[in-house]
Amino acid sequence: MVKIEAIIQPYKSEEVRSALKGIGVDGMTVSEVRGHGRQKGHKEVYRGQEYNVDLLSKTKIEMVVSETRSEEVIETIMAAARTGKIGDGKIFVSPVREVVRIRNGDRGELAL
Amino acid sequence: MDLTNKETLLSPSKRAVFLLFVPVCAYAGITGIEPGPTVAAVKAAQSAGDNAWVLMSAALVLLMTGPGLALFYSGLVRQKNVLGTMMQSFGMMAMVTLVWAICGYSLVFGEGSPVLGDLRYAFLNGVGAAPNADYAPTIPHTTFMVYQMMFAIITPALIAGAFAERVRFNAMMIFSLLWMFLVYFPVAHMVWGKGGYLNPFLGGRVPVFDFAGGTVVHITSGFSALVTALYIGRRKGHPDEPMKPHSLVLSFIGACLLWVGWFGFNAGSALAASALASSAFVTTHLASASGALAWMLAEQIRNGKPSALGGISGAVAGLATVTQGAGYVAPFSGVLIGLIAGFLCYFMVGVVKNKFGYDDSLDVFGVHGVGGLVGCLLTGVFATRAINEGLKLANGQAAPLGLVDGNAGQILNQGIGAAIAIAIAVAGTLVALKLTGLVTPVRMAGNEEEQGMDIVLHGEEGYASED
Repeated sequence: MVKIEAIIQPYKSEEVRSALKGIGVDGMTVSEVRGHGRQKGHKEVYRGQEYNVDLLSKTKIEMVVSETRSEEVIETIMAAARTGKIGDGKIFVSPVREVVRIRNGDRGELAL
Repeated sequence: MDLTNKETLLSPSKRAVFLLFVPVCAYAGITGIEPGPTVAAVKAAQSAGDNAWVLMSAALVLLMTGPGLALFYSGLVRQKNVLGTMMQSFGMMAMVTLVWAICGYSLVFGEGSPVLGDLRYAFLNGVGAAPNADYAPTIPHTTFMVYQMMFAIITPALIAGAFAERVRFNAMMIFSLLWMFLVYFPVAHMVWGKGGYLNPFLGGRVPVFDFAGGTVVHITSGFSALVTALYIGRRKGHPDEPMKPHSLVLSFIGACLLWVGWFGFNAGSALAASALASSAFVTTHLASASGALAWMLAEQIRNGKPSALGGISGAVAGLATVTQGAGYVAPFSGVLIGLIAGFLCYFMVGVVKNKFGYDDSLDVFGVHGVGGLVGCLLTGVFATRAINEGLKLANGQAAPLGLVDGNAGQILNQGIGAAIAIAIAVAGTLVALKLTGLVTPVRMAGNEEEQGMDIVLHGEEGYASED
């Protein structure tokens, strides 16, 4: 099993989630986060006082899937989230040792 | 028909309706009321109308402090200080109200020396239903007193923006109490009180036209604000750490409430539901709109983006600047005053302040001090007897008022008035700060400033988290 974390543009969140739903990924965790990669921040001006905002709003979507589905999920997220401009975000994939369903104690892929 | 007997049979509310009805009947020739009682009835109806407008205006001016100013200011601070900032405005609503009733009203409007009133009206003694002919002959003295109270409340509340996010609540209350006695009461008496040194209508030596408080409210608060910012020092981390406004939505709502409340402030200062009130209303509105456009235009030129904060700041600058002349200048002079205010205050806040590096956190000096001073001088330029005939020459004709009436010397008079107000504001504020420091620590200590006013000073949070 792998955990896939995608950090994407907030306005792409809806599109990515429906694309994932389309390929049958039905569990995920979504959070509003702030951060930056290579994309530069932006300038805000309040009464002539300039602030450089480095941390930008992003959306993080996390899901755990079986290793065999990993590529398919990654492709789907990329297709939905890409604009081709800097700031589109990143996808991180990491191994998951165990999954437990709290309700009935299911373990492993059964619990996904 | 015996009008006086008939009146006594009616309840007060019915009497008001009846008195409004009488002149209509008289005009239509329906009843045979003799001329004498008709005149009295018309006067009574006028009084009722004036009283309704000034009471309404008093409520509008209170609305400017809470929630208007409270929202405007608290949106501009960081999230951890939202309640602390609101409480500064609210504290004034509570404290100044009592001080005003106990002795403040008397010290301003009692006839005393040229610089301060006496205690004849202490505890509202002698302030009742009978009008005070010197100030407002058609409304109850009580109405005049409570209307003026609302001005006294907002003035120290304005100052608090200069030392936002770093002063203890107790110290702010004590400072403001002292400031009322050292600055507001003397200046207000000099400009508006009977026998006041700067009062053109009631025996002053240097005539200063201040219709609604450009000098009394905005110059005093603006210059006192600068002194407090310099004396107390910058916020921790200023200017390196970002201190962005936490909610311009709150500020926007607050500024729009200020705009609306300002009609009570300026048009209400006619102290009657009169044509002068209408003129002041329109002049005020035009100045606010012009100020908003000017500030946004300046931002468009300099940053390429007109901002929401810029728009509302420009409106407030226009309003503060037109306050002094609202009932003396023609409506289109209000446009000019508003445009000047918008550009100039933008320049003060966006350019000059950053050069000097002082932390007038919410720009009380840049908007109210500068706007108030410019508005004071411009009143000397644009005041005209075509709008305000209140000041009479010996032969009974209306006196020329400002430069546009051919009285260039009025600009100098306005300057003298402003200089006196500034001197009292600076000196009084320094004394008030020193005295406050003897009683209680003024600034939040150690890491309290990082924790924020809400938790440290009030023990609560503006935006509670779920846990």
